[in-house]
Amino acid sequence: MSAIYVARISEIAARMLGGEMMIMSARDSTLFSLNETASAIWQAADGLTPLSEIVERAVCATYEVAPQEALQDAEELVRELAAHGILRVSDQPIAEQAS
Amino acid sequence: MTLMQELGNRALALGVPISVHLDLTYRCNERCVHCYLDHEDHGEMDTAEVKDVLDQLAAAGVFFLVFSGGEIFMRRDIFELIEYARSLMFCLKLKTNAFMIGENEADRLASLHPDSVQVSIYSHRPEVHDEITKLPRSLERSIAGIRRLRARGLKVIIANVLMRQNLGDYAGVKTLAQELGAEYTVDPTITPMMSGDRSAIQLGIGSVDLKNVFRNPELISNVSEFCAPPPAIDEDVLDEMACSAGHTFCYVSPYGDVFPCVQFPLPTGNLREQKFLEIWRHSAPMNEVRSIRARDLPVCSTCSHVGTCTRCPGLAYMEGNMRGPSSQDCEKSYARTGIPSAGYIRKSLAAASPAGLIQIAVIR
Repeated sequence: MSAIYVARISEIAARMLGGEMMIMSARDSTLFSLNETASAIWQAADGLTPLSEIVERAVCATYEVAPQEALQDAEELVRELAAHGILRVSDQPIAEQAS
Repeated sequence: MTLMQELGNRALALGVPISVHLDLTYRCNERCVHCYLDHEDHGEMDTAEVKDVLDQLAAAGVFFLVFSGGEIFMRRDIFELIEYARSLMFCLKLKTNAFMIGENEADRLASLHPDSVQVSIYSHRPEVHDEITKLPRSLERSIAGIRRLRARGLKVIIANVLMRQNLGDYAGVKTLAQELGAEYTVDPTITPMMSGDRSAIQLGIGSVDLKNVFRNPELISNVSEFCAPPPAIDEDVLDEMACSAGHTFCYVSPYGDVFPCVQFPLPTGNLREQKFLEIWRHSAPMNEVRSIRARDLPVCSTCSHVGTCTRCPGLAYMEGNMRGPSSQDCEKSYARTGIPSAGYIRKSLAAASPAGLIQIAVIR
């Protein structure tokens, strides 16, 4: 399986509130709220670290979950966030990381 | 409940100032007849000071940030400050007259992704708009600025303050907003000057016009609901707070003064002397504002409008008592429903009784 790289998009606004990340899309001012796990993945999305490594560090080290299952969930999450325009997903490292 | 309401509730429960209005300057190239500010610079914060404030606001959990003034483009460092605010990931809203937004400025703004840019337009007719701003060609320049922003996909909101001078022009402004692809918002509130001078209020529209505005379906989305008589008061209503001022929102002046709201000039501390969170959490005046519930308002708690009134505690403060009624909101409640408020009745009685006493004195 090829690696997946994820990068936060600089156009959005974001702030952590009570353990959840609030994100406002610049595209249409839609507001999103990410739970603690999703917030940890989003914060670690530097464009250079493979998603599998992020999941291992940010999810598996904290929660009792099988790595493969966690990675599958994380892939679904990042693709959904990418569809909303608040995250970039690529099979190559993403060099331009504005945030 | 929408996610936005949930966000507000969560911020309230956590004591987080989720939204801050920061005036970067009081200097302005316009001299609007109704403006409540003193446009002289009495020592506004420099670039480093503003950046330090922005760091503190981000650390305190502020998400929605408004940069306003005065005219924000009067500051030479405005783009440096916008860029810095965006690097801290604020949801940034800008208020400007757009007079100074040329092609280069529009390009830079677009690259920094503010959430929205709000521009005040008073009329679609230059002779009316420019007479209010006292700046020749201001309408033409503001429209040109808006077009440049819209051409780059930025969200623009046209704010239309209604006064006697421009009351007949709201339809024209609304059409102009549609043509420009901008959102339109209307506001009939004139704020007294921060010095306490209330003369500008006379520029506001009178009771009859206010009543017509509130019944105009072009301006009010649901007239019958908006103008409905107030429902019976229940105990829960008396436990409610007036608004977000001091709870999840506050205002910072160009001099670093922190107030509960733009319209609430109660000094709570200064950022040149104290840290933001120290003021937000521990200032006695801020905590006093925070403690007030509807049941603590001697007049308003007895009023049938208490659950639906737009009572502004800041306007009440400017009338002399933050727990008192705000005349402008009493007038709005009356204009909406035709039912006089407790504050309105009290004021009428107070106005009538001195004359009665004088008559008694004459008889004696």
